[in-house]
Amino acid sequence: MTNTPQQDLDGLYQDIILDHYKNPLHAGLREPFGAEVHHVNPTCGDEITMRVRLEDGVVADVSYDALGCSISQASCSVMADLVIGKTVDEAMAIHENFLTLMQGKGQVVPDEDVLEDGIAFAGVAKFPARVKCALLSWMAWKDATAQTQEATNG
Amino acid sequence: MEGLLPELDVVRKDFPILERVLAGGMPLVYLDSANTSQKPQVVIDTMVDHLERHNANISRAMHQLGAESTEAFEGARDKVARFIGAPSRDEVIFTKNASEALNLVANSLAWATDEHAVGPGDEIVITEMEHHSNIVPWQLLTQRKGATLRWFGLTDDGHLDLSNIDELITERTKVVAFTWVSNMLGTINPVAEITRRAHEVGAIVVVDASQAAPQMPIDLAAMPAADRPDLIAFTGHKVVGPTGVGVLWGRGDLLGQLPPFLGGGEMIETVRMESSTYAPIPHRFEAGTPPIIEAVGLGAAVDYLGELGLDAIRTHEHAITSYALDGLATVPGLRVMGPLDPAERGSAISFELEGVHPHDIAQVLDARGVAVRAGHHCAKPAHARYGVQSSTRMSAYLYTTPAEVDAMVEALEYTRSYFKLS
Repeated sequence: MTNTPQQDLDGLYQDIILDHYKNPLHAGLREPFGAEVHHVNPTCGDEITMRVRLEDGVVADVSYDALGCSISQASCSVMADLVIGKTVDEAMAIHENFLTLMQGKGQVVPDEDVLEDGIAFAGVAKFPARVKCALLSWMAWKDATAQTQEATNG
Repeated sequence: MEGLLPELDVVRKDFPILERVLAGGMPLVYLDSANTSQKPQVVIDTMVDHLERHNANISRAMHQLGAESTEAFEGARDKVARFIGAPSRDEVIFTKNASEALNLVANSLAWATDEHAVGPGDEIVITEMEHHSNIVPWQLLTQRKGATLRWFGLTDDGHLDLSNIDELITERTKVVAFTWVSNMLGTINPVAEITRRAHEVGAIVVVDASQAAPQMPIDLAAMPAADRPDLIAFTGHKVVGPTGVGVLWGRGDLLGQLPPFLGGGEMIETVRMESSTYAPIPHRFEAGTPPIIEAVGLGAAVDYLGELGLDAIRTHEHAITSYALDGLATVPGLRVMGPLDPAERGSAISFELEGVHPHDIAQVLDARGVAVRAGHHCAKPAHARYGVQSSTRMSAYLYTTPAEVDAMVEALEYTRSYFKLS
């Protein structure tokens, strides 16, 4: 059965997303940090500055300053909350899981055990134009984490 | 409502897409015409007819179809020349789009070695309200040639700040490039005044007419030479024509002096292995097989606009814009960027709604069939000037009805309630 536009809209803007949008977790830029990155979405202008701190292979902190729509802001809040305290390997696995969900065109059933609040973004996958909004912060985190690891190992 | 196009419902029937019903049975409310305009049946039919009956390459095919295709293509050039009142039809160059037309000028100037050469100490003046297409080519030119880029700032109410025009446009200025009508703020700029000042110092004036050509009468031949820009660019798809074709008009003697942009077939006079000589304008700047079907479609498009009358279209847009500004003013927390007097602006209206990001606004509006644009509209510096990262933009056109404006205002009210702002 095909959803109505209103149902799709409600699927997109779940309360979890709107809550994170209004009250983002871990927001603001903090020190110390291993790497800082700045990512933009060139088509809409959404921007994020993100800092990542790793300690003994664990994501010790993710802090950020983000400008953007509800989807990109909420995604950043959910992402930071999910990965902080996890090992880098665990966090990368969550990243992969979220990426699969976003690229699934609405056909992938999200795993709540892995993604927690992130399952609220399942509805985003039906809106190709919004997928990149949801992925902006995740890509920034992956980049900052890789840079931190390089700086440590190099 | 006064000022609307006569028989607007009949005019709307010329545009088959306006009958489109979107997901959930929502009728299309298309308010994104500054992005691209919809196409009347006559444009679609003209292009299909050309493909079905006359298709051949132009100027080089010695057969009947080749002659027909060439005639249609060159006929389109005549129509475009009439549309903008070009002093000569040979001054009309077909390009891929307005961006290519502006890049053509900037690149040709980069290669110029005569009095048009650009180098250290020379200045190029643009404005803060330009589309990226009229910023980046000039950045590339000045960076590559060691020249200096300068620009007009904007006033708080969305106009060019011309208070320092005599300090900005000086003997050092080689080019002044600016938009006729802003794609973000809607502002109509004083083309004659700026052009006059630029000509006083011997600068070339390049005007981006992408937003002006669809909605204002342009009669280049009627402008006094001192007030007339030297080059203007616009794109086909915003004047109810197809994508893939744009127009550069330039003063004939200037175009004849500028070095070629792209080299290839059609732009040559003769080719020897050592070197070549070049065709006169317009073909000098039309290397390779041009967008033939698109140009033919554009010819039909500008004829269509001409039949409706650009004065009537401008009056219609003025009435709709005025109505839209009134409607938007009723939405709590909504701030329009750009002039609030419809006489000073075109029909693109960008706005902010406190508490909701433009993306989210556009998404909720889309669920109700209302198509607007959200983002930076390829005018990031203008957004930065007003302290915003992005905005929502409605843009009406000759087929827009007051009922469509009502539908948008109602959808904005719904957006506020959806995001629990009231």
